[in-house]
Amino acid sequence: MVKEMATDKLNAKNINVFYGQAHVIKDVSMSMEANSVTAFIGPSGCGKSTFLRCINRMNDYIDGFRMTGKMLIDGQDIYKKKVEVEALRKDVGMVFQKPNPFPKSIYENVIYGLRIQGINNKSVLDETVERSLRQAAIWDEVKDDLNKSALSLSGGQQQRICIARTLAVEPSIILMDEPASALDPISTAKIEELIHELKSKYTIIIVTHNMQQAGRVSDKVAFFYIGELIEYSETKELFINPKEELTQNYITGRFG
Amino acid sequence: MSKRFDINRTKDKLFRYFGVACTIFGLVMLAIFLISVLIEGLPRIDWGFFTSLPSRKPENAGILIPLLGTTWIMVLTSLIAIPFGVASGIYLEEYGKKNRLATIIEINITNLAGVPSIIYGLLALEVFVRLFGLGKSLLAGSLTLALLILPIIIVATREAIRAVPKTIREASYALGATKWQTTWHQVLPASSGGIVTGVILAISRAIGETAPLIVIGAMLYTTTIPTSPMDDFAILPIQIFNWLSRPQHGFIINATAAIIVLLAITFILNGIAIYLRNRWQKKVKW
Ligand SMILES: Nc1ncnc2c1ncn2[C@@H]1O[C@H](COP(=O)(O)OP(=O)(O)OP(=O)(O)O)[C@@H](O)[C@H]1O
Ligand SMILES: [Mg+2]
Repeated sequence: MVKEMATDKLNAKNINVFYGQAHVIKDVSMSMEANSVTAFIGPSGCGKSTFLRCINRMNDYIDGFRMTGKMLIDGQDIYKKKVEVEALRKDVGMVFQKPNPFPKSIYENVIYGLRIQGINNKSVLDETVERSLRQAAIWDEVKDDLNKSALSLSGGQQQRICIARTLAVEPSIILMDEPASALDPISTAKIEELIHELKSKYTIIIVTHNMQQAGRVSDKVAFFYIGELIEYSETKELFINPKEELTQNYITGRFG
Repeated sequence: MSKRFDINRTKDKLFRYFGVACTIFGLVMLAIFLISVLIEGLPRIDWGFFTSLPSRKPENAGILIPLLGTTWIMVLTSLIAIPFGVASGIYLEEYGKKNRLATIIEINITNLAGVPSIIYGLLALEVFVRLFGLGKSLLAGSLTLALLILPIIIVATREAIRAVPKTIREASYALGATKWQTTWHQVLPASSGGIVTGVILAISRAIGETAPLIVIGAMLYTTTIPTSPMDDFAILPIQIFNWLSRPQHGFIINATAAIIVLLAITFILNGIAIYLRNRWQKKVKW
């Protein structure tokens, strides 16, 4: 047990979340290994986004939000008082459902995370831009117009800019909340390919409504249902041989 | 069935004619006013009109002092009202908790925007002129007007800030930005067009205000050129009021000319505001 904890990148223990009176996450415990891809699936409103946002404390600003339990990253409780939430978010990046680039140039979008850390060294910034855009598989498409507004790009390109922006601050965990749901199949394929490549360096958690996508990109799948973690196991295992009837019903599309 | 349809169509037509008639009526009245003012006042406006001191003879009198007074007031009022108003707006929208107290403050700010301006004059007379001992100075006048337009600026700032999508803030936070960094680098640039528009409209309202400044003792007649915030002052609207109350026709013409100057300032300010708003709307589409 002790040994296992030491290798876990993330360890959630008995997490409960309330929005005012509503109890939306019910006693969820799970752990994730470093450099793995975990997919969260489950019907709309079951709490996937809420749980995901607990990992980088994005819910902190929501009025009425309350959480109990322990969320450990590299063994450290991220909800401890002394934890600097800004530092946490540099380590735990997030990509949102709808591409949300800043109304600035591509270049400025990518280095925003560095700028706010006070890094202004031109060569460092240039290197970061190229590295991040390459990692996000969009360098070739935009390398000639880095000063163009990011808003002028297509949705799929915007989303990869958002991924590059997240990679630029060198997080160790990347949270993705339905990153491809607003994109066309080709862009989606690119993002999935990207996830495969990023896996060697990052621990990735992805929320998706697309079973095939979960099957393609993830090592493990967590199935949530009305705030509870119903089943959490290896991807193949969960899809081929689900232990719970609820899971079986969900993945075969019997409710949704 | 078709009869009912006909009746509705007739109603529709009637209402359209009524609306057009109302609009034309308003425009015609405005045009008559503008044209008569222009015909009477425009010939009076020359360089001397801007550079002359007050005088007993209408031909020699100019608006130098009230124009300077209005300019001073405009600048000082902006310097006071903009930082406070914008900062309050930012605080209330971005930092303040959305609780009962916030609702009470919100209602009060909205109410303040509707308080008759003479009430601000009375408050200012007691607080700025007497309690703070500022006298009938430009500073006292500017503080009064700043108070008057503060609610307008706060409301405009909040509205502009609220129009910035939540997703942009979240993107910034998610990259490790603090609240202030997010406000400074994302929210303010994205809302600056709206804020500036609101500020300009508020100031153009302020320079037309007369009542509160009469209450605190702006000069009907002064020959000293204002050089510091503690000086006595006259302002254009009060000068206009003063001239209009004179019996000689020459002063009435002076008043009309001064009205044109005041209108021009207001139109220019509003023009800038509209220009900025359009540019902002074009630039930022999420
Ligand atoms: N800010 C909020 N305030 C109050 N309740 C909320 C808030 N955000 C989410 N909820 C509620 O919490 C529950 C879980 O929502 P959540 O967004 O986590 O679901 P989800 O699984 O991500 O759904 P979807 O697949 O539609 O994105 C829902 O019942 C929702 O109504
Ligand atoms: Mg969600």
